[in-house]
Amino acid sequence: MATSTGYSLRAGESDGAKTGADAIVPHMKILVIEDDLEAAAYMTKAFREAGIVADHASDGESGLFMGTENAYDVMVIDRMLPRRDGISVISELRKRGINTPVLILSALGQVDDRVTGLRAGGDDYLPKPYAFSELLARVEVLGRRKGTPEQDMVYRVGDLELDRLSHEVKRNGKEILLQPREFRLLEYLMKNAGQVVTRTMLLENVWDYHFDPQTNVIDVHVSRLRSKIEKDFDRPLLKTIRGAGYMIKDEG
Amino acid sequence: MLTRLRLMFRSTAVRLSALYILLFALCAAFLVFYVTAMSERLLVQQTRQSLEEEVGDIQRAYGRGGVNLLLRIMERRARQPGANLYVIAGPNGEMLAGNVASVQPGVLDQEGWTRFPFSYEPYSESGDARPHMATANVLFLDSGLRIMIGRDLGEPARFRSIVRRALMVALAIMGVGALVIWFGIGRNALKRIDRMSAASQKIMAGDLSQRLPVGRSGDEFDRLSDSLNAMLGRIEKLNEGLRQVSDNIAHDLKTPLTRLRNKAADALAEKNEDTRQVALEGIIGESDQLIRTFNALLMISRVEAGSIAAEMSDVDLSTITADSAELYEPVADEAGLRLETEIEPGLTVSGNRELIGQAIFNLLDNAIKYSGEGEGEPAIKVKLGQRDGTFRLSVCDNGPGIPADKRGEVTKRFVRLDESRSKPGTGLGLSLVEAVMELHGGSLELSATDETNLQAPGLAITMVFPAPKP
Repeated sequence: MATSTGYSLRAGESDGAKTGADAIVPHMKILVIEDDLEAAAYMTKAFREAGIVADHASDGESGLFMGTENAYDVMVIDRMLPRRDGISVISELRKRGINTPVLILSALGQVDDRVTGLRAGGDDYLPKPYAFSELLARVEVLGRRKGTPEQDMVYRVGDLELDRLSHEVKRNGKEILLQPREFRLLEYLMKNAGQVVTRTMLLENVWDYHFDPQTNVIDVHVSRLRSKIEKDFDRPLLKTIRGAGYMIKDEG
Repeated sequence: MLTRLRLMFRSTAVRLSALYILLFALCAAFLVFYVTAMSERLLVQQTRQSLEEEVGDIQRAYGRGGVNLLLRIMERRARQPGANLYVIAGPNGEMLAGNVASVQPGVLDQEGWTRFPFSYEPYSESGDARPHMATANVLFLDSGLRIMIGRDLGEPARFRSIVRRALMVALAIMGVGALVIWFGIGRNALKRIDRMSAASQKIMAGDLSQRLPVGRSGDEFDRLSDSLNAMLGRIEKLNEGLRQVSDNIAHDLKTPLTRLRNKAADALAEKNEDTRQVALEGIIGESDQLIRTFNALLMISRVEAGSIAAEMSDVDLSTITADSAELYEPVADEAGLRLETEIEPGLTVSGNRELIGQAIFNLLDNAIKYSGEGEGEPAIKVKLGQRDGTFRLSVCDNGPGIPADKRGEVTKRFVRLDESRSKPGTGLGLSLVEAVMELHGGSLELSATDETNLQAPGLAITMVFPAPKP
């Protein structure tokens, strides 16, 4: 397995290291601060299988130390930790000028906790219990955030083009008419092109509601969008990732 | 019996009444002695007054007619029935004449009122010469004779003792009556408390259907029992609800868990890579559903606990409603439903946007799920308006509706009227909506969209918000 060498890779270099089909080379290095050892062991293993190196700290103090000493792409921090609680770890990190994206995990998990967590300097929030696919998708998006040029006015995936200023969408030079909400949906998908976005993430970012949509309501919107951008073209761009969500990517 | 008495003395009521009886007895005794003493004094005073008058008469008679007239008058008076006591004595106190046999020695040696009642012996034909008590005035005449005019004190003393005895008897009767009543009340109270503790013992042993006995008198015991019973009723209801929920949780979580386990076992046994992939994806889907159910449960408890209330702000109800309708429009369309809106703009409430949004989503989900089952063209109508100081947000479908007597059921956790559970869902949707409405000080109303349509009356669910005070 390539994972043993993966530990020595710097996070920045991993992007350049294009991998073969069978070897998984880490493209991201993250820190998981979680006191539940079993959950942490499962998480680090699952992250590794997804090509992410995950270091683990089991309490707030050692988490803060590791987060300060090493460079990570993303930190996953549990809210309730021994020796120093998650919120305090985040504010301390921010005070020390470390702006690594942080995802807060919480068993308390509801709307008000989310607000507290984000106010303390967290970047995303996931209530327990969660599906690992949801966590993975969010960590991937957070990790890429640094590299995504927010100021890009035009997003491109294959022959699909989205102009954020004029709100024009073209595929292969041909204009596609979208409803305002469909435009925002596509915009968010294209901003995170090549990454899985979950239904909850779509509801959060396109409709600004922070809960699990429970039903297929998002799927219907995505399939409408898909029919508009793929109907007259033979190459599919918008893929459904089973058990996780959606991804827009040019396979060609 | 003794232990019973000791027990009785331990009760507050009995101790208080014992104290009361003691005080009452003391007061009564004082009253008896005071009344009798006063009446005796009055009698004695009257006696002295009449004696005084007589002394005056005698003195006047002596002054007018000397000893002779004096003797005549005294003799006449002494013969009258119930006469006073008269004694004429010589200068040395020796008795010369009178209507008494003898007086206590020394009485005749001092002029004026005798200081204390003295004893004397009256004449008695039967020979029974018991000494009597008397009070008297002694007069020294200038001839050296001494005159004593006195009165037997038997009458006031007898009067006193009669009154005293009558009062004592009356008091004794009252005392005995009080004791009997006290004993009765004490025993009764004790018995009722015993019955109440027996009932509580049973309740503590787990029989929550037990109630404390309530009498018909409506006294403090009954009032206490009544409110305790009301409390028990509430506890029983809550307990019942809790049991219902845990039964439902057991059922609704056990089924998917079992299914999950079976699917995992199948996947493990599967040799074909593709089929295994599908089986594993099924497992993920199943777990996601479980997580949803858990999240919904957690959410409801947290909303019910009211801990989210901190995150209240001004929420544009009109915009949320319009947004939600827009979000669900394609879903309705896909299900072959028409979704119409009738939204009054600019209605704002203080609340939690997330929760209100989720509640509306749940209502729309429900409507879409059940609307297609009715006759005619299936349609959903989302209405927002105001009436009587409330903002009313309704989601109406024209499906089969819910019979009036079952409408209260559907907001309970895990309750799904569709017994077969053929439609997907957690059975928690309306529970959350109701909890959200309670958090916002509003309520949830269920009614038929169109009462006259018997085939498909439809269901109209209305979220009633209190309008903000201007």
